[in-house]
Amino acid sequence: MKNDVCAYQVVLFEGIGAVELAEDQRRQVTRRLLDKGYSVTRVGASGIRKGVNSSSDTSILVLGDFAGNAPQVTSGEAHIDIRTENITGLDVETILAIVEKNRSEKGLGLNSPGEPGAWKPWFPVIDYDRCTNCMQCLSFCLFDVYGVDGEKRIQVQNNDNCKTNCPACSRVCPEVAIMFPKYSSGPINGADVADADVAREKMKVDITSLLGGDIYTSLRTRSEKAKSRFSKERSPDKALDERKRCLTKLQQSGIIPADVLAELDLNSLPSPEEIQRKARELSRLQGAGE
Amino acid sequence: MNTTKPRILYCRCAFAQTVPQSTKDEVLDHLCESGESFETVADLCEMSARKDPRLLTLLEGEEPVQVVACYHRAVKWLFHSAGASFPDANVEVFNMREQTAEEICEKILKES
Repeated sequence: MKNDVCAYQVVLFEGIGAVELAEDQRRQVTRRLLDKGYSVTRVGASGIRKGVNSSSDTSILVLGDFAGNAPQVTSGEAHIDIRTENITGLDVETILAIVEKNRSEKGLGLNSPGEPGAWKPWFPVIDYDRCTNCMQCLSFCLFDVYGVDGEKRIQVQNNDNCKTNCPACSRVCPEVAIMFPKYSSGPINGADVADADVAREKMKVDITSLLGGDIYTSLRTRSEKAKSRFSKERSPDKALDERKRCLTKLQQSGIIPADVLAELDLNSLPSPEEIQRKARELSRLQGAGE
Repeated sequence: MNTTKPRILYCRCAFAQTVPQSTKDEVLDHLCESGESFETVADLCEMSARKDPRLLTLLEGEEPVQVVACYHRAVKWLFHSAGASFPDANVEVFNMREQTAEEICEKILKES
């Protein structure tokens, strides 16, 4: 996930002082820029109220057919940079090149969709109207995606850690409160939750019973049992095998998609120490909530 | 909801194929033909994931906003996830995963 991108905004200005673009040019420029990952604001004769967050660095490129020289515009705030470009008579490709050049000159990053290996915004979104703070998602997720805020409220803390196309945590949420907006079907994709969805969650095989205990407890128990054995025959490979078997069991239950499991680098999974730390944290949080 | 003409915010959902291509193309075409002012973003999920500060301003103010994106529940909590408020009374969400382009455009451009 690329978090280092800065706010960059393209404005297609067709208001007072500029000539309206041809419809097809407006459509092509807007569509092409959006599909490259840019945000575009079209300003017509009626104008638009455009908010700019006053606390963050923002670059705005204003494109317009100004029938002459582009006007100079300043924001009055040092961290908001505005540049204008006259696009009179330019074709779509040239306009796109101007935008790319401007962004590049400013050294600003951009998440671009559609390229091979492109990052996909895949992460859980919590519906706090439904969430009861039961911590099952925190307990379940192996990758530390979840954490708690200062008030011990569950939150998504490390969305970079989330495994693309894996909606497993939403499937174990008893309140159907976890969404993945890019998922194909509801209610995981954010569609309204029907009574039947909630009932289905209640009938679902509990992850606890599936593994004979909470996954972390299960892994911790295995780890503790293995300690004496490890003292005689230390075998990280065996430990990884155990972990893999545990994950395979989850995959067979349909909770973790097979392709996600296949992509997992088992060496990158949390260490037994991290798992124990998380289990202790969870126990402490649950104790505090009772 | 107040009576001021709503601002329009369109999400391209550019990072996934979850919104039908024909629907999002058709809605954008209608917007471009309308002569109206409007705001577009490449992908609300992408902005939410990196907590883009522009999310804090897209819905702010007293004016009503019409968001053309996907499910209301997803849109609302994507804004929340980025630390932005979501004024329910001022925001109307249109869902390109469920509604047709004609249905959406008839409502958002009815006063054009």
